[in-house]
Amino acid sequence: MNIPESLDPVDAIKVNLPDALQDVVEFRGETTLVVASKDIPEVIRFLRDTPGLSYNFLSDISAVDYYPEYTRPGRFGVSYHIYSMLYNHRLRVKTYVEEDDTVVPSITSLWPAANWFEREIFDMMGIEFEGHPNLRRILMPTDWNGHPHRRDYPLGYETIQFSFNVDEILKHKPFAED
Amino acid sequence: MVANPGLQTDMSEWQGSLDELKGLVSERAMTGETMLLNMGPHHPSTHGVLRLLLELDGEEIVSCVPDIGFLHTGIEKNIEAKTYEKGVTLTDRMDYLSPMSNNMVFCMAVEKLVDLDVPERGQVIRVIVLELSRIASHLVWLGTQAMDLGAMSVFLYCFREREKILDMFEMLSGQRMMGSYLRPGGVWRDLRPEFLPALEEFMADFPSRIDDYERLLTKNPLWMDRTQGVGIIEPEDALAWGVTGAPLRASGVNWDIRKAMPYSGYENYEFNVPLGEHGDVYDRFLCRIYELRECLKILRQGIDRLPGGAFRSENRKFVPPPRSELGTSMEAVIHHFKLWTEGFSAPDEEVYVSIESPRGEIGCYLHGTGGNKPRRVRFKTPSFVHIGAIPMITENHMIADLIAIIGSVDVVLGDCDR
Amino acid sequence: MGVTPKLGNLGVVTSTVEEAINWARTGATWPLLFGLACCAIEYMSSQAGTYDLSRFGMELNRASPRQADLMIVAGRVTRKMAPVVRQLYDQMADPKWVISMGDCASCGGVYNNYAVVQGVDEIIPVDVYVAGCPPRPEQLMHGILTLHEKIRGERISDWAS
Repeated sequence: MNIPESLDPVDAIKVNLPDALQDVVEFRGETTLVVASKDIPEVIRFLRDTPGLSYNFLSDISAVDYYPEYTRPGRFGVSYHIYSMLYNHRLRVKTYVEEDDTVVPSITSLWPAANWFEREIFDMMGIEFEGHPNLRRILMPTDWNGHPHRRDYPLGYETIQFSFNVDEILKHKPFAED
Repeated sequence: MVANPGLQTDMSEWQGSLDELKGLVSERAMTGETMLLNMGPHHPSTHGVLRLLLELDGEEIVSCVPDIGFLHTGIEKNIEAKTYEKGVTLTDRMDYLSPMSNNMVFCMAVEKLVDLDVPERGQVIRVIVLELSRIASHLVWLGTQAMDLGAMSVFLYCFREREKILDMFEMLSGQRMMGSYLRPGGVWRDLRPEFLPALEEFMADFPSRIDDYERLLTKNPLWMDRTQGVGIIEPEDALAWGVTGAPLRASGVNWDIRKAMPYSGYENYEFNVPLGEHGDVYDRFLCRIYELRECLKILRQGIDRLPGGAFRSENRKFVPPPRSELGTSMEAVIHHFKLWTEGFSAPDEEVYVSIESPRGEIGCYLHGTGGNKPRRVRFKTPSFVHIGAIPMITENHMIADLIAIIGSVDVVLGDCDR
Repeated sequence: MGVTPKLGNLGVVTSTVEEAINWARTGATWPLLFGLACCAIEYMSSQAGTYDLSRFGMELNRASPRQADLMIVAGRVTRKMAPVVRQLYDQMADPKWVISMGDCASCGGVYNNYAVVQGVDEIIPVDVYVAGCPPRPEQLMHGILTLHEKIRGERISDWAS
């Protein structure tokens, strides 16, 4: 069986989908392709289906919140980590999402694994995925308000109990004094 | 009799209504043709707090909707509030059956982000500890799966072996389970003198124990009846649904991160990767049993290869100096002070590393801020993906098979919910 | 008052009803199978061969709360799980005791954040707190023996209602 020769993903995208690619970042041996959010399904489908690239495994979809420093264009960044098992290569496709327009097209049609990853990002960061079959909260209770992994969401911790605030803390713990 | 004042008689608030189920289950459930059964967060299969909403047609499962989040602890957000060295302690508690793997993936991500080296002795100790952790995790898997399917004595035998491994972990880090033994740059402290003899004794004894487990289960007609042909995952389905680890290898896909993208010196060890044929529960069982034997091979090579030298990186910008130096060197005092009060800083970039944990592929996505705390730590955990794949695996199976499948996919809810 | 043998070696002892009842209750407290997280694994280790809990009467873990006496909350209780814990506690029949095993169940543990209930005593009354992360099997056994001492000191009228 002849395996087609492996192509460089950056060059392949520059040749075939030149308008989609916004930036290429290389850091510690990892390649990141930055694309616009509306182009995500097209780019990833191209990476998966082209012989010579065959990025056939979706490893992870993660989201980052750049509040309050805003060191990137856009408040949120969504990263798709894909592997090519044939050529043993890892690639990251990243998109930046604005604060007031947090909608990204879903890639559930490409990989069913993306279903739960996107649900978790919706639950934790509040980014909505268009075309997702079942966008509900997954980790938090269904009636929870807010998106916990955003950086402006407080950690919600209980302050350390000293003798001066022991009454306040014990108000939360009705059974603690028995 | 006085009614219990705490008893909630009004359950309507958090029970939910039938409307929200309309999108999840088929229409046959709404008319009552099929039965909705809630296999609630508290059930005897000891895999943790997983809630499954089952739609049953008699005994056959029409659809299965998992509901997770009952163990969501906000570990990722908690690590954002801590420095990198202190964050290692929180990673222990995610996949609590093999805490060293979680430590490893986080430490590897930190080392990649700040470009920190790990000396060879540290790498070999890491491999030894990771393989011991893999054996310990597989023993719990075997014990609980056998107990779910009725073979109670295997549980007791597996935990007896696990006690020996936990004693060894106690020699290393002082704690039986959550040791936080692996730190950025290497390991926390050197091996104690009593560790290697204990390890040799364990390794002399363990192959006969694996033979015991095989003698009890592998050719057992009851076991084979309950596990063969059940929960078959086709290789294309496995890749599409993101399944990794032993379930993927049992379906025939030869993908082991220790071989494909080796880390911590794994390319220098010789070991085989067991592959299955059918992808059913029995193959997953056999894959993991053979992995136990391969772990012993790697341990043997690790012990023989163990070099002298430093066990943790000497780069004092990231690794605190040993306390013996504090009496003599001023730089050591300054480094110690800086690292323990503020911690080291990492650039405002992102990295992603993944390793082969006993459950599958665990990945860590780490994004720094330029300061001493991370901006975002995300763990892609294998149990999360595998529970997402359970509806696909359990189509047209019966409830008893569901128990076998959940056990074979080896999910740990702390790993799934983080 | 104690147990006093009568009639020499004929094998007759006398005691109070209360002591007899409390002794019987300590002899067979069946725990509810309620392992949530990492402490559950240490609990399973204590139940297994090396550190055996069945010598304290805890031979079986009952899956159904109606048949259990003791609820060992082993692991972190999250806000999503909290109503379930409360419902299980209410479903247990009197007399019932609660051991809060581990740091997370006692006080929130390592996690001081939005998702973890800071100590299960926010929801249910706890009799014995066992510290540790996770507690060693010996620590858990010490906690169970402390509970047995507490049970022996109880009055029957505490539970009769």
